[in-house]
Amino acid sequence: MDAIILQIMNGLDKGSAYALIALGLTLIFGTLGVVNFAHGALFMIGAFCAVTLSRLLTLSHEVIDETRTDFLGNPLKVDVPYLYDFFGTDVGNVLIDWSVPLSIIFAFPIMIAFGVIMERGLIKHFYKRPHADQILVTFGLAIVLQEVIKYFFGANPIPTPAPAAFVGSFDFGALLGFNANQIIYPYWRLVYFLFAIIVIGVVFAFLHLTTFGMVVRAGMADRETVGLLGINIDRRFTIMFGLAAAVAGLAGVMYTPINSPNYHMGMDFLVLSFVVVVVGGMGSLSGAVLAGFLLGILQSFASMAIVIEMIPGINQVIIYLVAIIILLTRPRGLMGKKGVMEE
Amino acid sequence: MTKSHVTRRGILKSGTVAGAGLAVPTIFSATDASAFTNEPTGDSVVLGFNVPQTGPYADEGADELRAYELAVEHLNGEGDGGMMSTFSSKALSGNGILGKKVTYVTGDTQTKSDAARASAKSMIEKDGAIMITGGSSSGVAVAVQALCQEAGIIFMAGLTHSNDTTGKDKRANGFRHFFNSYMSGAALAPVLSAAYGNDRKAYHLTADYNWGYTTEEAITSSTEALGWETVNAVKTPLTETDFSAYIAPVLQSGADVLVLNHYGGNMVNSLTNAVQFGLRDKQVNGKNFEVVVPLYSRLMAKGAGANVKGIFGSTNWHWSLSDAGSQAFVKSFGTKYGFPPSQAAHTCYVQAILYADAVQRAGSFNPCAVVEALEGFEFDGMGNGPTLYRADDHQCFKDVLVVKGKENPSSEFDLLEIVEVTPVDQVIYPPDHPQFAGGALGTCNPGA
Repeated sequence: MDAIILQIMNGLDKGSAYALIALGLTLIFGTLGVVNFAHGALFMIGAFCAVTLSRLLTLSHEVIDETRTDFLGNPLKVDVPYLYDFFGTDVGNVLIDWSVPLSIIFAFPIMIAFGVIMERGLIKHFYKRPHADQILVTFGLAIVLQEVIKYFFGANPIPTPAPAAFVGSFDFGALLGFNANQIIYPYWRLVYFLFAIIVIGVVFAFLHLTTFGMVVRAGMADRETVGLLGINIDRRFTIMFGLAAAVAGLAGVMYTPINSPNYHMGMDFLVLSFVVVVVGGMGSLSGAVLAGFLLGILQSFASMAIVIEMIPGINQVIIYLVAIIILLTRPRGLMGKKGVMEE
Repeated sequence: MTKSHVTRRGILKSGTVAGAGLAVPTIFSATDASAFTNEPTGDSVVLGFNVPQTGPYADEGADELRAYELAVEHLNGEGDGGMMSTFSSKALSGNGILGKKVTYVTGDTQTKSDAARASAKSMIEKDGAIMITGGSSSGVAVAVQALCQEAGIIFMAGLTHSNDTTGKDKRANGFRHFFNSYMSGAALAPVLSAAYGNDRKAYHLTADYNWGYTTEEAITSSTEALGWETVNAVKTPLTETDFSAYIAPVLQSGADVLVLNHYGGNMVNSLTNAVQFGLRDKQVNGKNFEVVVPLYSRLMAKGAGANVKGIFGSTNWHWSLSDAGSQAFVKSFGTKYGFPPSQAAHTCYVQAILYADAVQRAGSFNPCAVVEALEGFEFDGMGNGPTLYRADDHQCFKDVLVVKGKENPSSEFDLLEIVEVTPVDQVIYPPDHPQFAGGALGTCNPGA
C-alpha cells in the first residue's frame, strides 16, 4: 500500500511538468492550429531564465585572500557578490537563496515577450502551411534555441538549488500511520505540484472567467464567425501564444531544483508531452491536464523494481503503450473533440 | 594463305589485359611506397583527435581538446613542456615526432558510436591521421577501437571506464590509459568498508548500458567480498532524467547504501534526486544512510553542485595531486587556460605523449612497431606514479584515487578531495579475470 501511495505521489510531480507543457501545447494548437515542436525549448528557456537570474544575483568582484592559494599556488581570488555590498551579507544571501522563486517574476515577462516575438516573427508565416511544414520549422527552431543556450551556458547541467527552507523531504507516511521512512516526499516536489495546480487553475480561470478568455475560446471554436463580429482574434491568439510560452517557461523555472538544467532538457520532455496531448485529445485543455497526471503516475508505477522484474523494459515503453491502447479504444483521445485534426 | 585472327572482340580483350597489366605495377608500387596506413611522407605528421564537440559531453570533449592542443605544443617544443620534463622516458626532445612537426585534425564523436566511427574514418581516409585518440564514452571507444584495428591505425583511448574496452572488446591496435570499473570497485570497497562498516545493505541503480553493467558487477563483487549484501540492482534507462520513481522505493527495501552506477547527466540527476529525497539524512538499520558514486568526474560533480558533499567515489586523476608530473601538467594547463584540467584532459594529454614517445623509441610510425614499444612499457612522471602498459590487454596499471565530495570547496574547481591513493597492487588483476573474459587481443594490423 505504501509503495502505491509513494508512486502516485511521484507521478504527480512528474505529471505536473507534463501537464504544464501539454497545456501550453494544446493552447497553441487550439488557438492557432500550429503544431509547435519548439514548445519543449520554451520549457528549457524558462529554466535558463532561472539560471540567468541566479548568475545575475551572484555577479561578483574579486577579493584577494592572502591566507589561501588557488590551484596554481597564487593567492586565492574570492568572489564576493555585489549584493553583499549593496544589501549586506544576510539580505544578499537570502536573495541568492531564493533565486528560483524570484525567477518567476523575472521569467514571466521574458517568456511572454519571447512567445509573442516567436509567433509574430516566425510562426505566423506558417499558419496556412501543412502541419508537416510547421513541425519542421518549429523543430528546427528548437534545435537552434538549444544550441544557442549551449553556446552561452555550456553542455553540462548547472545546479540551481531550491531555497534552503525547501531542501530535504518530509515523512508523509508518518502522517498516514505508516512506519518511518516508508513514504518520503521532497518538499520542493510538493511545491512544484502545488505550483502546477495554481498555474493550471489560473489558466482555466483566465479562459473561463474573463471576457478575453471567452473571446479566445469562441475563436477556438469558430474563428471566422468571431472575426466577422469585428473582433481582432489574431491579436488575442498572439497573446495566447505568449501566455502558453509563459506557462512552459514557468514550468521550466520551477523544475530547475528538481533536475539541474541543461540545454537538452526541453527535448527530453517534448516527445512525452506530445504523447500527453494526443492521449488527452487534441485541442482539449482539460484532456491535456488529465493525461499529463495520468501518464506521469503510470510512468512512476512502471519504474518500480517489481514491475520491471515482471515485464522487463516496461518503464521505457509504458507511455507509448498506453497511448496506443487509448488511441485504439478512443481515437480522439480521452477528451478529444470531434473535428480537430480530422479534416 | 594466311588467315588473320584479329577480331574486334580480340582487340578489346587484349587491350583490357594489357591495360590491367600496366596498371597492376602502379597499384603495387603505390602500396609498396606505404608500408602501413597513412605513413607520413612529408615533414609533418597528422594526429586525429576524436572528441565529443556536441552532445551531452561537449564540455568534457572541449577539455580533452585543450589537453591535446597543449600536448601538440609541447611535442613541437613550444610552451613550458608540461609533463615531458617529468616523464621518465627522455626519448622526446620537443622537435615533433621523429623530427616531423605534429599537426592535428579534430572529429566530433557526438558521444554516438556511429558518428564517432564516421569522424574517425574521415580523419584516417581524408586527413591522413596516423593515430586516433579521444572520446568520453566506452561505447564510442569500443566502436572506434574496432575501426582503427581494421584500418591499421593506433587508437589511444580517451575517457572510457568499462571493463570491456580492454576486456572482451580489446584490440591489438588499441590502448587505454584510463582506469576501469574493476579498479574502481577494488579501490573503493576497502574505503567504504572502513568508513561505513562491513554490515551494509546496498541498493544499486545502474545505467542500462554496457558501462553500467560492468561497473555494477565490479562494485557488487568488491563490496560483497567485504561482507556487504546487495539488496537490489535496478537498471535505469539511459535517457531517464527524473530518477524519483527509482529512488523513492530504496528506503522501503531495507537498504542503507545507494550505489549510483551512473555517469554524466544520469549521475547529476540521480544524485540530485537522491539528496532531494533526503536519503542522506535518514537512518536505516541503525546506521546513517549513505550514497556512493563509483565514477566521479569533476566536470560532472560541478553539475551536481553541493549534492556531492561527503559522497565517495573514484577517479583516474585529480589536479590536486602533489607529484611533480601532476603539478607540471596543472601549471602548464592552468597557465594557458585559466583553470585546472579535468581527469579527461589528463588522460588525453598523457595518451598523446605516450604515443609520440612510443613512436620515437620505436623509430617508426608503423603501428606494429608502436604496439611493440607500448606493450609492457613501464613509465613514471605522468601523474599516477609508476605505471605499466600491460602487454596482455593494453591496459595501464597505476594507482587509483578514491575521492570524496568536499565539504567546504574554495572554488568551483575545488569540489573533490582525495581520500586515498590506492596502490596499483590493490587494483591489478590477472588478464584472464572473469570480469574481462572473452575476446582476444589479436595481432597488430599495420594496414595498407
